[in-house]
Amino acid sequence: MSEKIRKAGRHVTQSEALIFETSAAGKHAYSLPPLDVPGVEAAKTLGTEQVRREIEGFPEVSEIEIIRHFTRLSTWNYGVDTGMYPLGSCTMKYNARVNEVVARLEGLATEHPCQPDELSQGCLKILRLLERCLREITGMDAVTLQPAAGAHGELTGVLIIRAYQESKGDPREVILVPDSAHGTNPATAATAGYRVENIKSNRAGRMDLGSLRERMTERVAGLMITNPNTLGIFETDILEIAEVVHHRGGLVYMDGANMNALVGVARPGDFGMDIIHLNLHKTFSTPHGGGGPGAGPVAVKKFLEPFLPVPVLEERPGGTLRWNAERPQSIGRVRAFGGNFGVLVRALAYILANGPDGLLATTRDAVLNANYMRKQLEGAYELPYQSPSLHECVFSDKKQARHGVTTMDIAKRLIDYGFHPYTVAFPLIVQGALMIEPTESESQEELELFIEAMRAIAAEAETEPELVKTAPHTTRVKRLDEVTANRKPILRWKPAPTPEAAD
Amino acid sequence: MRYLPKSERIRKEMLATLGVPSMEELFGCIPEKARQKGPLNLPRALSEPEILEYFQERAAENSGGMLRLLGAGVYNHFRPVLVDALLSRGEFFTAYTPYQAEIAQGTLQSIFEFQTLMCQLTEQEVANASMYDGSTALPESVAMALRITGRRRVLVGRSVHPEYRQVLGTYTRRQDVEVVELPVGRDGRLHREALRGALNDKTAAVAVQSPNFFGCLEEIPAIAEQAHRHGALLIGVINEGVSLGIVRPPAEADIVAMEGQSFGLPLSYGGPWVGVIASKEKFVRSLPGRLCGQTTDRQGRRGFVLTLATREQHIRRAKATSNICTNQALCALAATIFLCVYGKEGLRKLAEQNLAKAHYLAGELGKLGGVRLPFGAAFFNEFVVRLDADAASVQQRLREKGIIGGVNLTKWYPELKNSLLLCATETAKRADLDRFVAAFKEAMGARD
Repeated sequence: MSEKIRKAGRHVTQSEALIFETSAAGKHAYSLPPLDVPGVEAAKTLGTEQVRREIEGFPEVSEIEIIRHFTRLSTWNYGVDTGMYPLGSCTMKYNARVNEVVARLEGLATEHPCQPDELSQGCLKILRLLERCLREITGMDAVTLQPAAGAHGELTGVLIIRAYQESKGDPREVILVPDSAHGTNPATAATAGYRVENIKSNRAGRMDLGSLRERMTERVAGLMITNPNTLGIFETDILEIAEVVHHRGGLVYMDGANMNALVGVARPGDFGMDIIHLNLHKTFSTPHGGGGPGAGPVAVKKFLEPFLPVPVLEERPGGTLRWNAERPQSIGRVRAFGGNFGVLVRALAYILANGPDGLLATTRDAVLNANYMRKQLEGAYELPYQSPSLHECVFSDKKQARHGVTTMDIAKRLIDYGFHPYTVAFPLIVQGALMIEPTESESQEELELFIEAMRAIAAEAETEPELVKTAPHTTRVKRLDEVTANRKPILRWKPAPTPEAAD
Repeated sequence: MRYLPKSERIRKEMLATLGVPSMEELFGCIPEKARQKGPLNLPRALSEPEILEYFQERAAENSGGMLRLLGAGVYNHFRPVLVDALLSRGEFFTAYTPYQAEIAQGTLQSIFEFQTLMCQLTEQEVANASMYDGSTALPESVAMALRITGRRRVLVGRSVHPEYRQVLGTYTRRQDVEVVELPVGRDGRLHREALRGALNDKTAAVAVQSPNFFGCLEEIPAIAEQAHRHGALLIGVINEGVSLGIVRPPAEADIVAMEGQSFGLPLSYGGPWVGVIASKEKFVRSLPGRLCGQTTDRQGRRGFVLTLATREQHIRRAKATSNICTNQALCALAATIFLCVYGKEGLRKLAEQNLAKAHYLAGELGKLGGVRLPFGAAFFNEFVVRLDADAASVQQRLREKGIIGGVNLTKWYPELKNSLLLCATETAKRADLDRFVAAFKEAMGARD
């Protein structure tokens, strides 16, 4: 281990096979109480043709083996709990433990979505308060908590655009999306039946207003815009952008992926946005869980409220809450039941822990960290856009590419230095992008270590490019062969063929 | 704020390094007119004990102490303590999508195991890394069938979960897709004659749930044969995953859309749970969502990566198979742990207990006057009772005795008057079931 790597050292990791390979007939980990009603013979009750045979290859393992199996696997991972996780656009912030505790409370985790509303008032009050908080934070008038993820919120939002335009007589054909957008934006617009047209970014890294004016016709249903955008830059023309779109009868949809830069500072509802989704797993600290679950609430202006998914939460005289599905203009349901309730509980716990002052301090620290990191790395890495940064900053690998070192190589080398990589090669408008979002959760000390590591890697790219190109050197596995994985996909484990079967 | 690792002095030092006089100046790029005026109008910050207290108070305002025999797509199974013990490891729950495979092998291997378990359970050849839930797995499966067949007509049994059908409606309504709902037959299963009549060579898929919304098992092989004769695909929908411990899986289906909530995920008033899409190998490139694949590193060691990404939105953008970005990895991990705990033998025993409990309850209720089991088809752990009394009043009287008496079906099926959907899992004790039956008898007896 090199002495310049201060944050990480080597330690033993246990090898671990697939659970199927540790399985042996007769071992088990389950326990069931004795059956206290008469047993039923499956073949007789269901009919022999409805009864399955033994599940081939299914695990047979004991409790300690399960604990060790998953504990060992967990040690091969890196989480926010391990260290700085500067994955741009993902807002990998601290996941408070109290949130985990409250989401698992008896009386919340145990509630069935089909139980009567009168017997669910506690759950409904939580949802009501979260709606209120999100309305206030976004400056919008109504919220649905139903969407299960950011992309699901996007779909909900674009379906609302469609329903609104239809109510005006014509759904229109096109959704405009800037070329710096997340891939989910165009994919969502297509899923909702729209054709996608791209708007170019200008040299400042912002949406080109002239290009928008040209494209914004009566065929366009709406614009999807991320603000601050994926370069971490605030769209300073946002008021004019909204005006151009509205003038031609379109709606502005804001992708709220980067709301961590704005909470307490600026509200989309105040700068002309009609619809916004929030990623509760980003801005509101619900855990990313290795890739979900998340939640993607959608907030809208008053005139779009009739189109929200059903059911909506309503307060009756006397203060009791109930679900109402009688909404003729609604886009319909986007998910069964009320949404990812457990995630919503965690997000509310985060908002309550912070209060208005904490949320503002959070936003400020996130922007402070990003700007501090930018300033310290500006010399070592090419900064393609000079516009001020908010919560994240995008560099390019232009300087390192001269030595044959790419953003992917730098990312892999960061692992040796004890960090999770940043987001690689996104946004697409930057050649060889390094998209770095420190979030507010990093102390100055951790940030300094990161800066030191990034500078050291920049130096290595010049003096020892091979070291960077072959990284990581300290992980359990070296770089993996993705080409073969793609060409000859192995997507599940299968038992080794027995000698007879192989004949 | 206790989550922020900075002192005021450090903030000042950092600002000084930047040459920025104050925190407000960091936001100078936001036009004055777009800025927020004044502080957010939100509740004041709460301490940790106050947060606990707030949520405990809300928890006490729910159904605490009530006896519930509810299913309807959401099943109350025991969650082995191992599930939360392992999910609570920060390396799992504070990680993100495993884009950087070398330091995400834990998540990746567990997803590979999840995909394998889902294939084994459903007797399909490939399964994805999960979807949001079962209700969104259905429209994604339908979209897949439309892509594969190039056809635009879909048949859906009304015995498929009503809210799943509503979600399908939302996804397809604004597309050029014809969705035809098929009636329920007298035995509580898909009306096969209606299916025959509706199937034609423009049909992309038939979606059938088994056990269906009424708990009844559908005849999947025969329905598959019918669909295949017209070149249509069969989508097998599964709500209650535990049924697969004993019930024959929809091996003949071309696509399976499943909800995995039963595998160790709490009811949690609606989620988060985990959706699954499983299918045949030949359709793998039409699958939505993440896929994890096995490969090797430079030194020939086994490792896992996200693969076949050219189907996905971050590469294909508007031409992707779906707009879905992440999956429900932590919920998939919960399901994986749950299935390892029960294992080959345990899952069958678990399913047998569910079968026994539900049939005991059905048998006892069936003995009461004025209660009928209208559907003749075999059922797993859920069934419908039809009452000679006003079902809503019976439910009200049960509630007065601390019992939530099933789901009233008239909300979704106006034609099924005075019918309740009841479910008994392994968690229902005989004493509870007997209390339920006694209360039911009384509630029925009080009818006027």
